[in-house]
Amino acid sequence: MTFRDRLTSAIEGVSVHKSRSALTVLGVVIGITAIMVVLSVGSGAEQLIVGEIQSFGPRNVFLLPGQQPSGPIDAGGTLSNDSLTLRDYEDLQNLPHVASVVPYVFTNVTSSFESETYGGLIMGSTAGLFDVFALSVSEGRAFDDIDVSSQAAVAVIGQEVKEELFGFENPLGEKIKVKNIPLTVIGVIEKKGQGSFVSFDSAILSPYTVVQQSIMGIRYFHRMTIESDSVSAVPGLVQDIETLMRDNHNIDDPEKDDFFIQTQDDLVASVTMITDIVTALLFLVAAISLLVGGVGIMNVMFVSVTERTKEIGLRKALGATRDDILYQFLYEALLLTGGGGIVGVIMGAALSFLASLALKAFADISFPFIFSISGAVLGVVISISIGLFFGVFPARQAAQKSPIEAIKYE
Amino acid sequence: MSLITVNNLSKVYTTNGVETHALRGATLTINKGEFVSIVGPSGSGKSTLMQLLGFLDRPSGGEYLFEGKDVNGFSDEELAHIRNKKVGFIFQTFNLLPRLTVLKNVTLPLIYAGIGEPQRTQQAQKTIDDVGLTDRSTYEAGKLSGGQKQRVAIARALVNSPSIIFADEPTGNLDSKSGEIILGILQELHKKGNTIVIVTHESFVADAAERKIHIMDGMITSDEKVTKRRMVGEEAFQK
Ligand SMILES: Nc1ncnc2c1ncn2[C@@H]1O[C@H](COP(=O)(O)OP(=O)(O)O)[C@@H](O)[C@H]1O
Ligand SMILES: [Mg+2]
Repeated sequence: MTFRDRLTSAIEGVSVHKSRSALTVLGVVIGITAIMVVLSVGSGAEQLIVGEIQSFGPRNVFLLPGQQPSGPIDAGGTLSNDSLTLRDYEDLQNLPHVASVVPYVFTNVTSSFESETYGGLIMGSTAGLFDVFALSVSEGRAFDDIDVSSQAAVAVIGQEVKEELFGFENPLGEKIKVKNIPLTVIGVIEKKGQGSFVSFDSAILSPYTVVQQSIMGIRYFHRMTIESDSVSAVPGLVQDIETLMRDNHNIDDPEKDDFFIQTQDDLVASVTMITDIVTALLFLVAAISLLVGGVGIMNVMFVSVTERTKEIGLRKALGATRDDILYQFLYEALLLTGGGGIVGVIMGAALSFLASLALKAFADISFPFIFSISGAVLGVVISISIGLFFGVFPARQAAQKSPIEAIKYE
Repeated sequence: MSLITVNNLSKVYTTNGVETHALRGATLTINKGEFVSIVGPSGSGKSTLMQLLGFLDRPSGGEYLFEGKDVNGFSDEELAHIRNKKVGFIFQTFNLLPRLTVLKNVTLPLIYAGIGEPQRTQQAQKTIDDVGLTDRSTYEAGKLSGGQKQRVAIARALVNSPSIIFADEPTGNLDSKSGEIILGILQELHKKGNTIVIVTHESFVADAAERKIHIMDGMITSDEKVTKRRMVGEEAFQK
């Protein structure tokens, strides 16, 4: 029997048993689609977050209080640590290659205007804050260094704060109350949308001098961003910062540091770790759907070969060799799982693409579409293997029976 | 000239540890051009004997010479080749592939024989014409009547010009008129020189053959010429 004849009888076998073939293909498609969407969304999320960090700028170094954590950073845990001082802030500005130092303090507060209230973040900083986070002010103005040094009770508010407290009224010049301290609104930040670390749309920004003394009653900082004058100076700057901080804090043993430094690379690494964990979990979910799809394929194949044992016996009675039978079933399984594989890859890619479009349209997240090659390969390989095993193995069993035994098989 | 010679052929089935001695030492010879019927009550071992003679199963003991060659040592490949080229089968339940067309069903043995197009389709079509089913060639086999299905099965058995045709209760699932047509075709084929073995439990079917072998409890009890041979109407087989 020629290759062509074997292939032709496989095509006949597939097209003659339409619902059985459709079920098999469906199982393959479900599995592959699931695994492709998961892997594609996983790497999309990673790219999104990593891109966000990178937009923060490779020249920026982040200074935090406390010990270097071993896992992902617990933001809340470092907030009561008072090791970053005003003196540190001032001394850091005098280090070589430092372009600017921006300190932050922040806390959650309820702000009010007349009868309206709003719960959100208040962040105290310097005018440099607007540069570091690339914030632009759409109405009024940002606060400046004079506001900071003179402890001016002023606030620049996010779009959401504006909408909640003022509706359509002009907020400029009005006084909002935060912990009973009146702050004059001098500006509104342009809408930033989701996807940033800090949601500036729901934040109130004020000079750190005001937030530290009048609102929080503290003298330390929660974070600082030190901007280097060049990317190449970053490693040296990190060392200079460490030396200065240990000097200021009288620390001899680096093990006892009460601060730690993060560069963009560190952040990317820790975020990649998180997204990898999430991707692994999603992958597990996808593996389960692949398994469910696989069990489907298994069932259909297995039942179909049992059903077709009679046919195998008859074909042998008419002169088919074992190889003729095996190749027919092998090609049938390849056609079904391979065909299903291609449909699954296309569906998976299409769904991932639609997901990225939907996130853009409804959540304003510019989620990148990624075609997951590893997902496609993995899905196709797994479902083809399942198809081959459960299509060919029982056919082999049946082909080993004598023709009459197979014909009489019930 | 002897086509088939078996000596002391036996078959034991073992199901769940229970042995059934379906055939206990059959010895017989079938010559080229004979029309033989194997008769006996249900369960006597007729089908078992035919399946052994037709290479559908392997015997448990005894000797089998086909065209002078000892078949016991044949490999699976060689057996597949013999089934394909040398024997044709007709079953009580037709055993067609119901979703394939009549033409495709009849072409199957030629495909396994490695005969290419257009020769195999021409040959299959000609054989279908011979059994009077020209206008059913493109029908799905499952959609035909019982008598038509059995004629397709005959065409399929004939298509490779085998040395011998085996028919196991070929009229068993048919009404008497269709059964007569099938018997008529078999007699006609015999007249043209084919060797035919038919298994039946009905003596009026057996009497259509030339020679009658009685079997009982797995043993041959008589082997004789049919004295009053019944000829089925010639008109039954449209050429
Ligand atoms: N595959 C099998 N397994 C077990 N016993 C069988 C099998 N085939 C036939 N038999 C038994 O062998 C005996 C002969 O069967 P068979 O040759 O089919 O008889 P017949 O065709 O004359 O009715 C019966 O008792 C039957 O039950
Ligand atoms: Mg029988």
